[in-house]
Amino acid sequence: MFATAALVLAGCSSQGGDGAADKTASEKVTVEWWNIATTEPWKSLLAEQAKAYEAAHPNVTIKNVPIENEAFKAKIATATQSGKAPDIYATWGGGVLQQQIDAGLVKDLSADTASWIGNFTPASLQAYQFDGKTYAIPDDIGMVGFWYNKALFAKAGITEPPGTWSQFLDDVKKLKTAGVTPIALAGKEKWPGHYYWAYLAMRIAGLDALKQAGADHDFTKPEFVSAGEHLKQLVDLQPFQKGFLGAGYSTPDGQAATVSNGKAAMELMGQWAPAVENDAGKGLGENLGFFPFPAVEGGKGSATDAFGGGGGYAVGANAPAEALDFLKFLHDPAQHRKVVESGAILPVLKDEEDAVKDPNLAVVAKTLASATGFQLYLDQAYPPAVGQEVNDSVAALIAGSKSPEEVAQAITETAKSE
Amino acid sequence: MTPPALTGERSESPAAHPRTARAQAPPEARRRRFRGLVTITLFLLPALVLFTLLVLVPIAVAGYTSLFKWNGLGGLPTQFIGLDNFTRMFGDEIFLGDLWRGLILIVLSVTIQLPLALGIAMLLNQKMRGRAVYRMLFFAPYMLSEVITGVLFTMILSPDEGLANQVLGAVGLESLESEWLGNPSTVLVSVFIVMTWKYFGFHMILYLAGRQGIPKELGEAASIDGASAWEQFRYITLPLLGPTIRISVFLSVIGAIQLFDLVWVLTSGGPIHSSETMAVTMFQFGFKRSQVGYGTAISVVMFLISLIFALGYQRYVLRRDTEGAITTMRDQR
Repeated sequence: MFATAALVLAGCSSQGGDGAADKTASEKVTVEWWNIATTEPWKSLLAEQAKAYEAAHPNVTIKNVPIENEAFKAKIATATQSGKAPDIYATWGGGVLQQQIDAGLVKDLSADTASWIGNFTPASLQAYQFDGKTYAIPDDIGMVGFWYNKALFAKAGITEPPGTWSQFLDDVKKLKTAGVTPIALAGKEKWPGHYYWAYLAMRIAGLDALKQAGADHDFTKPEFVSAGEHLKQLVDLQPFQKGFLGAGYSTPDGQAATVSNGKAAMELMGQWAPAVENDAGKGLGENLGFFPFPAVEGGKGSATDAFGGGGGYAVGANAPAEALDFLKFLHDPAQHRKVVESGAILPVLKDEEDAVKDPNLAVVAKTLASATGFQLYLDQAYPPAVGQEVNDSVAALIAGSKSPEEVAQAITETAKSE
Repeated sequence: MTPPALTGERSESPAAHPRTARAQAPPEARRRRFRGLVTITLFLLPALVLFTLLVLVPIAVAGYTSLFKWNGLGGLPTQFIGLDNFTRMFGDEIFLGDLWRGLILIVLSVTIQLPLALGIAMLLNQKMRGRAVYRMLFFAPYMLSEVITGVLFTMILSPDEGLANQVLGAVGLESLESEWLGNPSTVLVSVFIVMTWKYFGFHMILYLAGRQGIPKELGEAASIDGASAWEQFRYITLPLLGPTIRISVFLSVIGAIQLFDLVWVLTSGGPIHSSETMAVTMFQFGFKRSQVGYGTAISVVMFLISLIFALGYQRYVLRRDTEGAITTMRDQR
């Protein structure tokens, strides 16, 4: 009993000491940094950069907190709901960031970054700028497209990737005839499914229509129903792997592993796909290829419009000035280039494309650089409830329990109630 | 504008009753009772403060929040919408489905999982070689965390390379192979199988403990009177296990109402909400859609369902078991 009491006392006193030290040496600053770099070599690179910054600024301690993507989303939701944002935290911009800004949790960076914000490409900044103000620093930008297995395409007699939706459907049929599962999909996680509907909506209705629909809270236009109908054409071919409705994305039997182990010919996924494939399965090596989402005949959107997003860092409203200074250091061309060269992220700074070494990622970076328009992931662009409803309804369409009209209706209803 | 609590009438009436009731007691006894009260208060105070802060206040806050449309950000909720969250909930087919699926899980638990646990407990009560090892093995799943169990079974039930389908295929039962968690019509049963695997050991231990509290002499006397093994079980063991069974049913039902982590890891409630529970829906709205007001309303309904069930169950089913304890205490005082 006495021993316990002594221990508790000791614990208290040492804690008190820490607090006092913080106060007396007013120069000492700790910057808490929540990022999603849990895979190598990204994780180690960021840790090195934090150390380098600490070495140059002895009074600053960078508390580096890498959190796995999905866990991060839950954790940041809890943190922001309690009214506190970390000093620096990963963000995808869009509707989620907008809500945090409205709640006064995010620092307006416009004035402090005026001198160096011009280094970034316009597309990379889009998700973080509202009413002409900048609320986060872009770190990574990429796009979603089809990652395919060249060997399996050859086996089905497909010589070049499809350029139009009807060619794409034909290729799916050819793959099925050849006994190959055409597409891997993580039905359990819902967000990979929404890519199909979003891209079809972009190709059929166009970028402006999507933006307008978000503003008007109305997704009932015939073009959006048509996007659902086109997706249904694909679903009716039963192109997905066995049990896909229960499959995860990066799990040992998930979407990435299925493609990576050669059990499905392609997946529609963002620029991180090769890294996750290599992590979850054997990897395709030379056999991995990339092609952009095909054009839809008669659609209003351009086939060169890109859909995707990136990652950036927002700064909490109460963060010390050192937080932004550290971000400036991370986005110094020399520092950022190192991370791009590792293949962990794609260029956001101008003239950084040549740093991309992986041939597939180079294709992504090039396609992105020449894109005529850019649409952020719908589950990030719209407020969370609307984004999740898109995911949920499209998942129901793919599972066969909602019609294209019902999808458009359900999204509209949620958008109206926001 | 004096609040009612401050008017003389209100403040006097509660005090008046004890005075008249205790007026007859001799002063000696009154003093002793007062000191007893002080002691009780002092001992209860720390626990009471913690209970109020960590249980009662959050319940009150949740009840308050559930009346607002609120995204959870930026201080306190402001947009009061009355009972709209609740009317929305009872018009939402996902939530109504949650209630239905919860009921299915409760019925399955009580009719399959608990009898199974009872049967195994009876078997393991027999004298046999390695009894302790079996008991430990059957209890082991309960000691695993829900998340580990969930990850383990996503692999076992994986449609392509999972153990379940591989074993079925190897013994020539290909027709029974299934997509388990990937098929809306089998997913709930699959979740129930995992639940059973995870929790039956716990109920088994409860029954074993209860069974060992039954004196041997009763069984011996019955067998001298010519009762068969089944009759001994039916007329002696089962009635005397009553209190244990009633508690185990109670725990099982409350567990099924609040089921979250296992489902979240196994299926996240899918496909197309076929395995979603109230707690999963609450999480979806509270954390993914940031409609905290609506999510809180779901949690309030969950709380009320559990509370009503718990009170009703104690009043009508556990009454016999708790009555003895309370009456003895009253006699002593």
